[in-house]
Amino acid sequence: MLKFRDVDFIGFASLLSDNERLVRDSTRQWAEANLTPIIEGCAREGRFPRELVPEMGRLGLFGANLHGYGCAGMSNVEYGLVMQELERVDSGIRSFVSVQSALVMYPIFAFGSEEQKNRWLPRLQSGEAIGCFGLTEPDFGSNPGGMRTRARRQGDEYVLNGEKMWITSGSIAHVAVVWAKDDDNVVSGFLVETDRPGFRAEDIHGKYSLRASVTSSLSFHDVRIPAANRLPGATGLKHALMCLNQARYGIGWGAVGAAMQCYDTALQYSLFRVQFGGKPLAAHQLTQEKLAGMITEISKAQLLAWHVGRLKDQNRADHGHISMLKRNNVAMALDVARTARDMLGANGIADEYPIFRHMANLESVKTYEGTHDIHTLAIGEKVTGIAAFE
Amino acid sequence: MRILVCVKQVPAKDAPIKVAGDGAWIREDVAYETNEPDAYALEEALRQREAHGGEVVALTVGPARAAQVLREALAKGADRAIHVAGDDAHRLDSYAAAEAIARAIAGEKFDLIFTGLQSEDYGYGQTGVVLAELLGIAHATIIMQVQPAAGGVRVKRELENGYFQYLNLPLPAVLTIQSGINKLRYATLMGIKQAKSKPLATVALADLGVSPSLNRQSVAKLYVPVKTKKTELLEGPAKEVAAQLAARLKNDLRVI
Repeated sequence: MLKFRDVDFIGFASLLSDNERLVRDSTRQWAEANLTPIIEGCAREGRFPRELVPEMGRLGLFGANLHGYGCAGMSNVEYGLVMQELERVDSGIRSFVSVQSALVMYPIFAFGSEEQKNRWLPRLQSGEAIGCFGLTEPDFGSNPGGMRTRARRQGDEYVLNGEKMWITSGSIAHVAVVWAKDDDNVVSGFLVETDRPGFRAEDIHGKYSLRASVTSSLSFHDVRIPAANRLPGATGLKHALMCLNQARYGIGWGAVGAAMQCYDTALQYSLFRVQFGGKPLAAHQLTQEKLAGMITEISKAQLLAWHVGRLKDQNRADHGHISMLKRNNVAMALDVARTARDMLGANGIADEYPIFRHMANLESVKTYEGTHDIHTLAIGEKVTGIAAFE
Repeated sequence: MRILVCVKQVPAKDAPIKVAGDGAWIREDVAYETNEPDAYALEEALRQREAHGGEVVALTVGPARAAQVLREALAKGADRAIHVAGDDAHRLDSYAAAEAIARAIAGEKFDLIFTGLQSEDYGYGQTGVVLAELLGIAHATIIMQVQPAAGGVRVKRELENGYFQYLNLPLPAVLTIQSGINKLRYATLMGIKQAKSKPLATVALADLGVSPSLNRQSVAKLYVPVKTKKTELLEGPAKEVAAQLAARLKNDLRVI
């Protein structure tokens, strides 16, 4: 395994404050010492390194950009740099942190009652409790508004029935943030403790991607929860989409991390690998053309992530900005990973190098949290004023 | 126990170093980090405070960029920090740096002063020792362990060949800490956030009357070792050549 050297062609670090660099460097040091040595093994075995969860909590990685309840209160750029460093090691690990932070803690923080916040946020922050987020269904992916999961009110309880699919951390979660239609057909958010009768989580096996994180399907068969478990502020699909915006923002940074790792690996490899007349691959024009293209795209993606982060800190980032960030940066990272794979030749397919794992992971990242094409339509709608989803 | 920890910012271990035009220092466009032995010194100070109470103050002598190592120290748990700042602070030799530290803490009273054993850039290993001399207090080097003892501290020193030495020192004292004596903690995100509100005082090197003109030594030339290829043919009877080869591998190349 080659030691990662920082990827910064345009003096990107000069845009960061001392504290932001400290956040990046501390997360990087921790990830390189604790995640990098085990990640290929985890991916090979299809195992999520759950033993690291308490330490990640202690470091403040969960809900890092939330304020209060034990959370670190980071700025959005600081939070983004954490995501970058985690995904530089593995998209599955970053996915776990994204779900815990943006899809579980954020909705409780933004839409929950004070009682719900006090009950769950400190435990989720420390990693004592793990959460999952149930929106996607087997028949409703890009069109979640069509969901069939129902929450019917019976006295002081809601009764949930339905199925959710592609749920990160589903089978290891203590609490699920579940989106279901209520008696008025309004998509609403509910907190479901996963030890309630009628709740089942089954892991999805045979994944070629995100093998170091858990992906499950959830089923709800007459699951009874107290009416107090409803998130009072989550009254409509738009609130579920607000959670996704938080997560997509982190993905926009995370993808930069994966691309940086793939680029740096390809660069180092092409400098030491000698072919044809004793020259390193890096001395050949076709290799330089690839490297130049990769570093240009990475640099642009860094600037986009940074700028959207600054906008977000000023409450000026709208969903179109975040769609552009997610769409561009993930597609960029996947292109970089594929090019890097190519540049490593046969070595690019072996897990001695992290390239293929990143490439396979990024196929999921391109699809989840709003597919590339859906984000294309989101941007299209914003610039034309015409929705083209149907 | 009040502990001062002297921390230096040095070029990152794997940073590609380029010699600057004047041939006396490197180009500044590299990544920097906390000198590793100093990170262990800070960790030891934090552990001492956690065990016995007191205060940990981090101090660095360096240009503006060096404030980063103080922010890291504050994020890891130091109570406050002192930045002895000057554009040419990185050009001070051990003596001048020790003078700067001694003058900067003139109004303070510390029980212990920790430094790393040596810096990873110049590697003189002298700053702590000279500082103790300037302050007129006890010192010990290559410290592996620090424990309270009657009237002072009991320390374990690393000697050559796996030997150790135990010493009792009166306080105040300067200890230069060996790398690897404890397990370094990571700055938590909460710690980084809290560090923003901790005191970080800046003292100008010029106001202390310290500049590179105080240096007792000067760098004549800084250069990257030139790699040379040399082929040597050992000739003679096989037995003699074998003996010569073994001697060369053992004494010159030190590979066996």
